Amino acid sequence: MTTAINTPGVPGRDGSSQAHGLDVVDPHRIRQDFPILHQEVNGKPLVYLDNAATTQKPRAVIDAISNYYLHNNANVHRGVHTLSQRATDDYEAGREALRRFINAPDANEVIYVRGTTEGLNLVASSYGRKYFKAGDEVIITGMEHHSNIVPWQILGKEIGIRLRVVPFNDDGELLMDEYEAMLNDRTRMVSVVHQSNALGTVNPIPEMVELAHARGVPVMVDAAQSVPHMPVDVQALGADFLTFSGHKMYGPTGIGALWGRAELLDDMPPYQSGGEMIRSVTFEETIYNTLPHKFEAGTPDIAGAIGLGAAVEYLESIGMERIAAYEQALLRYGTEKLGDIEGVRLIGTAEEKGGVLSFYMEAAHPHDIGTILDSEGIAVRTGHHCAQPVMARYGIPATVRASLAFYNTTDDIDALVKAIDRVIEVFG
Amino acid sequence: MASDLSDLYQEILLEHNRRPRNFRTLDNPTHQADGFNPLCGDQISLQLKVGDAKVHDVGFQGHGCAISRASASLLTQAVKGATSDEAMAMFDEFHKMLTEPDAELDIDLLGDLEMLAGVIAYPTRIKCAILAWHTLKAAMDGENVATTE
Repeated sequence: MTTAINTPGVPGRDGSSQAHGLDVVDPHRIRQDFPILHQEVNGKPLVYLDNAATTQKPRAVIDAISNYYLHNNANVHRGVHTLSQRATDDYEAGREALRRFINAPDANEVIYVRGTTEGLNLVASSYGRKYFKAGDEVIITGMEHHSNIVPWQILGKEIGIRLRVVPFNDDGELLMDEYEAMLNDRTRMVSVVHQSNALGTVNPIPEMVELAHARGVPVMVDAAQSVPHMPVDVQALGADFLTFSGHKMYGPTGIGALWGRAELLDDMPPYQSGGEMIRSVTFEETIYNTLPHKFEAGTPDIAGAIGLGAAVEYLESIGMERIAAYEQALLRYGTEKLGDIEGVRLIGTAEEKGGVLSFYMEAAHPHDIGTILDSEGIAVRTGHHCAQPVMARYGIPATVRASLAFYNTTDDIDALVKAIDRVIEVFG
Repeated sequence: MASDLSDLYQEILLEHNRRPRNFRTLDNPTHQADGFNPLCGDQISLQLKVGDAKVHDVGFQGHGCAISRASASLLTQAVKGATSDEAMAMFDEFHKMLTEPDAELDIDLLGDLEMLAGVIAYPTRIKCAILAWHTLKAAMDGENVATTE
């Protein structure tokens, strides 16, 4: 990897004027890498603030996918011909890039999945069905995305396990005492979101892992919202499984990764079956392939994996430390600006949080706000963010969520604030 | 899209949102249904008193955006006193108004409902406007639940 100096979008490192963090990254240079951002929507310049739903793709990712289809398209791991070899090399290079990106010990522990939802389902289904028995408990938190609730509920109905839910305070911070008290001899798994999609809260994973491991309980981390926005090191976190989605980290949709400790993955049964995941098949018996292929049945999303590898390289060229510092600075700016507007209530005010500005206004329903913002060219998410229990916790049906990426600028925040003024104008 | 926002959020619509008509529960309703928009969580409960093929009274409760709330309010005004057949004809006309761009509309039948015509320019909001009407149809058909999905 090159050093950070002279990499795109990164200003010189004199270090003297970085007090507020907004000059860690030059978003205007970054924006040149994202073709989609340069357009008007409803007659206004596009302000894309829906990054927690999905991020935009840099040219490097689009080119990698297009290059694969233009020059290298073939199936992986079987052909002896040249194109198949190229496709396999690039597909596996993507896996190695992901390993490096999350500092996993071994690339064979990185399994391609469709996204975070599939990663969670894979572990619930494969690990859960093998090891859970009636009366066992799984701990999640009150701020999980539905995808980290429903797979466990389905298992619960099937096997008879009990779901325990760690509550959180009004700021959106987990009550760690309650978590500690919930861990007991029946606990078989802790599955927790790293950064909440609805609140932005960053949960104290290392501390949660330590408490769980003290009781021999493995920890699964939903890292969909953290991996794209901060350095994530699976060994530093200490977790046992961690999963994330490509499309939320500037890569394509339909691809993501599950990382798990080899000793756990090795003993888990396959999640799906078919081609690729087998070593030999007779009508009497099938011998499964080794990791990671055991969990990758069927022809995979080769172009997606290659695109995701390109996204990783792009992020590395800027540096996750820098991205995190810039987004934190932008979050502070946005929190201050939105906090100044009378009638706007920020939902999610944790001390440790990522670039998510979720808010509620008494005067107007989130969907009406969303329509008005859209008429100003501003893309935000409105709704329950697939986290209905979080909305229930605050007694509101939905929020408006502006979520940041490193291509956003203070101008974007200013446009949002101005559009909220328009909402107040219309709804009084 | 790029339709003028003021076509959507007309003052009279905002007024119905602030002070919805017939926002109450009925004693001894003959028909009722709950309507849900799973996409956004909007929810309304509609109650009717129907006798001799005529809607004598109607009330609604629930929560949702300005469009869905104003639409429910306007619905109650429109169908109160109408025959069951007229109410269903209004459903059809309202549906046509929001889904067929150049349709010829029966303006007399629609009456005040026409103020929601601007919603057609906002495809993501059509379900908001139509929720109350699907709920009405479900109630009249003797079903208890309506959804926009």
